[in-house]
Amino acid sequence: MTSSRSDILVVGAGPAGLAAAVTAAETGCQVTLVDDNPHVGGQVWRAERETLPPRAAQWYARARQAKVHMVGGATVVYAPSPHELFAHSVDGAKKFQCEKLILATGAHERFLPFPGWTLPGVVGVGGLQALVKGGLPVVGKRVALVGTGPLLLAVGAFLMQRGAHVLCIAEQARRTRVLAFGASLAWHPRKLREAVKLKRATRPIPRQYSTWPLAIRARSQSLEIDLTRKPESAAAVTKTLECDLIGCGFGVVPDTVLARALGCDLNGEAVRVNDHQQTSIANVYCAGESNGIGGADLALVEGEVAALRACGQTIGRDLQKRLDRGRSFAQGLNDTYQLRDELRHLGQEDTIVCRCEDVPLEHLHPYGSFRDAKLKTRCGMGACQGRVCGGALAFLRGWAPDSVRPPYAPIPMEDFARMCADATT
Amino acid sequence: MSDRIRMTIDGREIAVEPGTTVAAALMMNGVHSFRESPNGDERGPLCGMGICFECRMTVNGASGVRTCNLLCADGMEVSTQ
Ligand SMILES: Cc1cc2nc3c(=O)[nH]c(=O)nc-3n(C[C@H](O)[C@H](O)[C@H](O)COP(=O)(O)OP(=O)(O)OC[C@H]3O[C@@H](n4cnc5c(N)ncnc54)[C@H](O)[C@@H]3O)c2cc1C
Ligand code: FES
Repeated sequence: MTSSRSDILVVGAGPAGLAAAVTAAETGCQVTLVDDNPHVGGQVWRAERETLPPRAAQWYARARQAKVHMVGGATVVYAPSPHELFAHSVDGAKKFQCEKLILATGAHERFLPFPGWTLPGVVGVGGLQALVKGGLPVVGKRVALVGTGPLLLAVGAFLMQRGAHVLCIAEQARRTRVLAFGASLAWHPRKLREAVKLKRATRPIPRQYSTWPLAIRARSQSLEIDLTRKPESAAAVTKTLECDLIGCGFGVVPDTVLARALGCDLNGEAVRVNDHQQTSIANVYCAGESNGIGGADLALVEGEVAALRACGQTIGRDLQKRLDRGRSFAQGLNDTYQLRDELRHLGQEDTIVCRCEDVPLEHLHPYGSFRDAKLKTRCGMGACQGRVCGGALAFLRGWAPDSVRPPYAPIPMEDFARMCADATT
Repeated sequence: MSDRIRMTIDGREIAVEPGTTVAAALMMNGVHSFRESPNGDERGPLCGMGICFECRMTVNGASGVRTCNLLCADGMEVSTQ
């Protein structure tokens, strides 16, 4: 087991973690930045093959310049205290010790259960983008993108550029809401520019609002999806599309596993922080989408704020203003793409909710909380630790996530035993 | 091309560009079902980012390795069983 000590440990190298690590290191702190992925960048700046997108490359260069100790391909799986964390990687276990901890673990997609969602070829919207960035060719492939949020557009544009035939973007939100949100972007010039660019890039893709999936079926060489459109004052219209791949994602859910393991309080589905990104646990800060969904620009500002506070510095007026502006954008984003009630009823009795343990909806009826359901049905007990079904059940049932037990990802028991033996706390 | 990475899937030799993830390499070589669920249903990658564990495979003899955030490497042996 390798061991390292730093003033500040940052977990997650997306925009929030990168900004936090660079800011802390530039004020003179010794910083370690650890991420599950082989490259920095997180979700939005995921490397394509070996190449980082320009903004990620700039932050990476700054991190190197500031001598941030970057550890890729290592998953933090055990945190006996905020000052001692253990990670698992292909080249063995790693132990990190630190004075202060900044959690920048980001978010993952929300998946909702409906008939056929577990079939191979049905992937997340961001998940599909990640696979393509990892080298999966999509030239000529027929793709349907369904769910909600600006990610549908970003990925639609990306896939088109890679030669895919994007058959449709099916957005559950109402068109009037999305248009109103678009108009509000006048207050956020950078976002407005991005939105205009995306709109132009996705013009050839048929886009439908108030539309959601009903079922997916496997055919011999393809997939078939039924989409239903429910306009405000007319009857629903259902149509079927044949495709090769389906990207399905109903927004994103903060990743709070590590924060919960450390005992940090939540605010709804996100980590609760004060005005300075401080969590309810001393010496633990949180920045980026793990403390609420708000996009990359807000994540960057929050990373900076968390790092300055962790280093005992004050927050300037300009930074505070950027933070407030980011938060107001986030509010608009979350209101616009709120999931509609109809989506609570997409699953049938036998539709699988927990993919790890194959638990269908009907087995969950008797239970009122995640904890009860977990003990009796194994729902959420599998390898993903409830990350997939948790996002669904929070929406379907209003269930809060259950407590977490180490290791936070499945690793060989002997590796975990060595971490426990090595833990000083 | 000499800079391509050579590895095997169930003993079958394949070559991919550097920076390709194992999940992508498998899918482009016709593997779509990565895992059998407890009920025996076929499953493939879902999240593409290391969260869902649906892309687990045996890599270099180690079972249960997530392939979506693992880069292909020369001499790597992937077993779909
Ligand atoms: C799948 C997906 C795709 C997206 N694509 C886009 C896009 O194309 N365009 C866009 O504008 N927005 C996109 N978003 C929105 C995006 O999440 C945010 O804008 C931005 O990435 C948030 O930054 P962040 O730093 O908070 O977190 P993230 O970028 O999510 O970074 C968090 C990092 O923490 C790591 N991590 C988490 N837990 C651990 C652990 N225990 N150990 C080690 N590492 C850990 C993760 O692997 C990840 O790299 C996407 C979101 C998702 C979920
Ligand atoms: S596809 Fe979800 S963990 Fe790999």
